[in-house]
Amino acid sequence: MIRVQREDFDTGKELDALTRDMTSVGGVTSFVGLVRDVAGAEKITSMTLEHYPGMTEKLLAEIEEEARRRWPLAAVLIIHRYGELKPGDRIVLVACASSHRDAAFDACRFLIDWLKTKAPFWKLEETSAGARWVDAKDSDDDATKKWDKSS
Amino acid sequence: MKLLYFAWLRTRIGKAEETLDPPAGVTTVGELIEWLKARGPNYADALKNPKLVRVAVNREYVTLAHALKSGDEVALFPPVTGG
Repeated sequence: MIRVQREDFDTGKELDALTRDMTSVGGVTSFVGLVRDVAGAEKITSMTLEHYPGMTEKLLAEIEEEARRRWPLAAVLIIHRYGELKPGDRIVLVACASSHRDAAFDACRFLIDWLKTKAPFWKLEETSAGARWVDAKDSDDDATKKWDKSS
Repeated sequence: MKLLYFAWLRTRIGKAEETLDPPAGVTTVGELIEWLKARGPNYADALKNPKLVRVAVNREYVTLAHALKSGDEVALFPPVTGG
């Protein structure tokens, strides 16, 4: 399940709802991304996430499909926020439920790695030195490449 | 053809979207980018580094060799930084 929203989410309620009445599930893994308050030497006062409505939902749904092809998952949830956020705010939740922990851990890591380099979101940081667009990191590309089936 | 620009490509070009009718010689994404760069210094500046330009046609990632059709929605944006 995919949600792209401006509003915050309640991590505990989302995780409870994800596996409610699913007694075959043995475990749920989750990743919650938060807004950091520093970027290099500067303090961040706020961050604005822009996205490409329509393509974002499509890409996230494709990423979920790919995870379900690779691992036996009982439930998947991706929530990604957009708009203006403050340090400490939640940005993203990825959660995976499975009968066994290996699939849940691996799929969760795969989803967040993949999402970071494919989903069309862009971060604009407001700092004491002015506003600047966050640069993509090579280390994120490397993290995604390690999930390539060809490698 | 509908063009969409995001993040710093949007701010450098100075608009979020526009509808353009490229000439017949523009048949691929790569040719479209070259044609856009000749439209003005704001386009030339935004599109000067091809390594920092990602392209989606009808909401699918494509390469510069991708063939364009009339009515396509073409989005140009920098490498993504979500998550």
